[in-house]
Parts: sequence; C-alpha cells; structure tokens
Amino acid sequence: MAVIQSNTAVIPGIYKMCVDFSGEVKPGQFFMLRAWDKDPLLSRPISVHDYQSGQLTFLYQVVGKGTEILATLLPGNEVTIQGPYGNGFPQVNTDLCVVGGGIGTAPLYYLIRKFKAENPNKKCRIYLGFRDYPYGVDEFAAVADEVILDVGGIITDKLSVLPEETVITCGPEIMMTAVAKVVPPENTVYVSLEAHMACGIGACLGCTCETKAGNKKVCKDGPVFERGVVFNV
Amino acid sequence: MSECLTTKFNDILFKNPVIPASGTFGFGREYEAFYDLAKLGGLCSKGLTLEPKAGNKGLRLWETPAGLMNSIGLENPGIDAFINNEWPHLKELDTVTIVNVGGKDEESYLTAIEKLNAIDIKLIELNISCPNVKAGGMAYGIKAETAADITKKVVEISRHPIMVKLSPNGEALVDIALACEAAGAQGISLINTLLGMAIDYKKKAAVFDNQYAGLSGPAVKPIALRMTHQVCQAVDIPVMAMGGISNWEDALEFIMAGATCIQVGTINFNNPMAPIDIIAGLEAYCVREKLDNIDQIRGII
Ligand SMILES: Cc1cc2nc3c(=O)[nH]c(=O)nc-3n(C[C@H](O)[C@H](O)[C@H](O)COP(=O)(O)OP(=O)(O)OC[C@H]3O[C@@H](n4cnc5c(N)ncnc54)[C@H](O)[C@@H]3O)c2cc1C
Ligand SMILES: Cc1cc2nc3c(=O)[nH]c(=O)nc-3n(C[C@H](O)[C@H](O)[C@H](O)COP(=O)(O)O)c2cc1C
Ligand code: FES
Repeated sequence: MAVIQSNTAVIPGIYKMCVDFSGEVKPGQFFMLRAWDKDPLLSRPISVHDYQSGQLTFLYQVVGKGTEILATLLPGNEVTIQGPYGNGFPQVNTDLCVVGGGIGTAPLYYLIRKFKAENPNKKCRIYLGFRDYPYGVDEFAAVADEVILDVGGIITDKLSVLPEETVITCGPEIMMTAVAKVVPPENTVYVSLEAHMACGIGACLGCTCETKAGNKKVCKDGPVFERGVVFNV
Repeated sequence: MSECLTTKFNDILFKNPVIPASGTFGFGREYEAFYDLAKLGGLCSKGLTLEPKAGNKGLRLWETPAGLMNSIGLENPGIDAFINNEWPHLKELDTVTIVNVGGKDEESYLTAIEKLNAIDIKLIELNISCPNVKAGGMAYGIKAETAADITKKVVEISRHPIMVKLSPNGEALVDIALACEAAGAQGISLINTLLGMAIDYKKKAAVFDNQYAGLSGPAVKPIALRMTHQVCQAVDIPVMAMGGISNWEDALEFIMAGATCIQVGTINFNNPMAPIDIIAGLEAYCVREKLDNIDQIRGII
C-alpha cells in the first residue's frame, strides 16, 4: 500500500500520480498498480515516471476500467503498488538519443534526469512524438540538452542519430520498429516493450515475446531489450 | 501452525489443503519474494511436456468480467530441464511438489512419466484437459474411453501416484471421473479452464490466434463448485478442486462439497498472498468452529 500525495490531470486523459515509496528503483522499471479489490481482476503495469526523495511518480493515460479508477483517486487515498519489476534501462556511458511516442514518453523522464545527474558532461537529446496534444515537453526541456518535438507526423522522418549516441525508444510498437530499422547498425538501440500482463513477476507466461534467444518474459527479462534481439533488423 | 488443517490425500500428508495451481505459479521461485513456500500445503508445477514447448503466438491473456482468458499453450522448458534446473530447488522445500504433465500423444505422455520415475516426487497431476494446445491436451480428456485409456497406461508405468486433471469441457464429467478411477487413477483434480472466446470488435478479429481460449478466475467458481460436488459424490478416490477460488470462504465451500485439497490459480495474479490468506482464514475458521480438523466438515453437503 502506498499513500497518494497528488493525482492530477496533466492534459485531459493524461494523469500524473505521486505516491510515497522507499526502496531502490531503476529507470525503465514498472509497478503493478491496483486501487480496487475484485474488479478489475488484474493489477495494471505502469512505468516509473520519476523517483526522487521517497516519492514515486507515475504518468498514465486513461484508456479503460483500471486507469479510469486510478484517475478518481485523491490525495490521502491508498493504492497497492507491487514492484519495482523488470530489468529497467541499461547503464549508458555514451551520449544518449531518446525517442518517445505518446504515453511511451512516461518512463523516459526518470531515465534522462538520472542520466544527466550522473553524467553531466554527456549529451542527451530527446525526440518527442505526439499524435495530437503534446504533454511533458517543458519537463523534458528542463533535463535534456535538446528536445525535438513532433505533433501529428512521423517521428522517424525527423530522426537523425549521431554516431556516438546510444538510442533508447519507448512508444507504440510501430514507432519502435521504425526506429529500430532506421538507426544505423553502428548505434546500440534499446526498446521498451509492452505486453498484457497477469502476474508481472514471471509466473504466468502471459507476456512472453519471441526473441532471437528464444522466448523471453517481457515482465521479468524485459521490458527493455536490445533491438536486434526482438526485431528483425 | 496448528494441526487443524493437516490433510491426507491418500497417504500423502499435506500440512494444509492449500496448493497453488499449475500454470499460475511457475515453479514457485517468483513467489518466494512474497512468502516462505514451506507455508503452503504443496505447490503444483507449470504444465510440463517431454520436449520444451514455446507455447502459442499472439496475445495470450484477455481479461473478462471477474475472469481471465489465457492461451499460453503450455509453454515450458521440458521434463529434462525441469529435472535438472527446478527439481533440485523444489526438493529442498518443506512442502509437497506436484508435477503437472501434459503431452501431445500417448508416447510423449509415457516417456515423460518414465523420466519422472527417476526423481522422488509425491504426486503427478496428469493434464488431459489443456484447452490451448491443438494436439493432445484436452483431446484425451473429453471422452471417458480416451481418458481411461491414457490413465491406465500411465498408471502402469509410473512409480508415482497419478491424479488426473479433468476438463470442464468434456462429455459427462462424472463418467470420465469414474472411468479414470477404474483405470487406476489415485486422485482426480478439477477443473481446468473453460473453453471460451473473445472478439475484439475494434479490430474485427478474434482476440486469440487459436480463436478459443481457457477461462478461469472468480467467474467460473459456481461451475467448478457444482462439478466438484458431482465428482466427489461419485468417486472414492480423493479430489483436488479448483476454479475461481479467491478467498478462504470459497476454499471452505469446495471442501464442504467434498474436496480433499484445493488449488488456488488465477487469484495469485490479483493477490500474490492469496494462498497464505486462505490458509490463515481456514485456520481461524477451525478455531472459531472448534474443529479439531477440517476433515470434520469435509463433504458435508
Ligand atoms: C511494462 C509496462 C509499462 C507501462 N507503463 C505505462 C505508463 O507508464 N503509463 C501508461 O499510461 N500506460 C502504461 N502501460 C500500459 C498500461 O498498463 C495499460 O494502458 C493499462 O493496463 C490499461 O488498463 P485499463 O484497465 O485502463 O484498460 P483496459 O483496456 O480496460 O484493460 C484491459 C486489459 O488489457 C490490458 N492492457 C490494455 N492496454 C494495455 C497496454 N497498452 N499494454 C499492456 N496491457 C494492456 C490491461 O492491463 C488489462 O489487463 C504500461 C504497460 C506495460 C506492459
Ligand atoms: C495463465 C494460466 C496458465 C495455466 N497453465 C496450466 C497448465 O500448464 N497446466 C494445467 O493443468 N492447468 C493450467 N492452468 C489451469 C489452472 O491450473 C486451473 O485449473 C484453472 O485456472 C482454474 O482455476 P482458477 O480459476 O483458480 O485459476 C492455467 C491457468 C492459467 C490462468
Ligand atoms: S506477466 Fe506473468 S510472466 Fe510476465
């Protein structure tokens, strides 16, 4: 159980929730959330948007029953959070080029903030792609060296990756596939996958994805994979 | 822990009748982060087949009101990998490991069972009821003759007791249970998942590549309870029951219907502590009702 400190709309349909939490949390990890007893049956996987001084932040889009309930919660209410789960993004010691699409930008903020705090001399650029209303752009501008925004277009049309950059992408699968295809083979590319999950801990095999090294569990072996492992590029 | 929950399933002693169900508990390791597995009556392994199996493609999970549909397709590392990688850990646990075995044809069942003769497990759950694999699986479990035939052959070569896991999708469940008993099964477990279907109207397509998939969770409980009652009335061998058990009250109802042990499946995903909560609830019930042992209310309905 975690106590909610704040839970507000960033733009209509996109919410930011802050809860108390202490423990170690890596960028790219996620928690299984529930604020209901029986209905819906399963908890919902939500990435860590930020983690700082005992406070965990989630950024989530209201799409169905579970996230609708999350959006009604008020400060002081409790939410069950199980985690952190997943491997998280790898430690990067080159410059970083981050490509986020829609709600897929959620886990990228903590990634970049931590990367810049630990590597002040390294550069980090972020491409942000939104279908209609952008959000979080100012927050990203405060931590990244450069923000390239695209609304309504195809982000990979704008994308140009520098030779020394490691690329990390999270967003709709079609976008990540395109990124994995267009970035030159010399660059290392990591993608963060999504899958329907029941347990979130590796017990049900519901989230399995095919990789070149056989089946992997998105919840436990991922959600972050090297592009060549999961995409045919 | 008090003695009120100790349960005998034939001559196998369980410290309590609560056992996580096959496919919802991996090989137990994941849940060690939540509690000591020795608190469980036992645990049931993910369904194993002779050869490693990659399982089904496409979406594998779909939530329904109070239920979960799955189309995992028996993804598992195979019997040899189980014996080499999982058994050494499981055998050290102070609880009963049940090994769930599936197959695609008679030969694969029998070879798998023979391999398991090499290790000291207490009970095999023979899965003839998986609705998510094309060959084998449920095909054996929906008719009394085929169920009895495979049971007989397996019992003959196994040095471990065989509990046959029945499908709720078959013809005349009680006849199948009786046929398995006559064929030498030392126990019955039920129910496996109910065959269902989901359509994604937005995509104008079936959700699952196999079209049909197995439904489990609270939604199936009344059906599972009825089937448990029917089978318990009919057979003399012990029954391990499951299907939508979410709390100690549900567990108690299955025991009152005649189940010797109960398995806890889908609800593990909702509440990883569910089996432990159920054990505590049953224990408190025995104390409140001044029962020396839960046996005293078993099968009272
Ligand atoms: C590792 C991981 C991290 C995620 N991080 C975030 C995040 O930070 N912010 C955010 O807004 N969303 C995130 N998602 C997606 C989020 O989990 C789903 O949007 C959410 O579960 C939808 O629940 P619902 O009840 O509102 O929708 P419903 O459509 O009612 O859900 C029905 C079922 O489908 C599943 N489901 C629906 N959409 C998705 C999806 N896109 N991915 C996986 N399962 C889905 C649900 O979990 C549920 O089991 C993440 C998903 C994963 C796997
Ligand atoms: C994700 C999942 C995987 C399963 N895998 C197996 C399996 O490998 N072998 C088997 O006999 N039953 C399997 N089952 C069925 C369960 O063991 C159980 O019979 C069924 O889910 C009903 O119980 P429940 O409603 O408590 O979940 C699986 C069920 C689920 C939800
Ligand atoms: S969600 Fe259960 S194994 Fe990944």
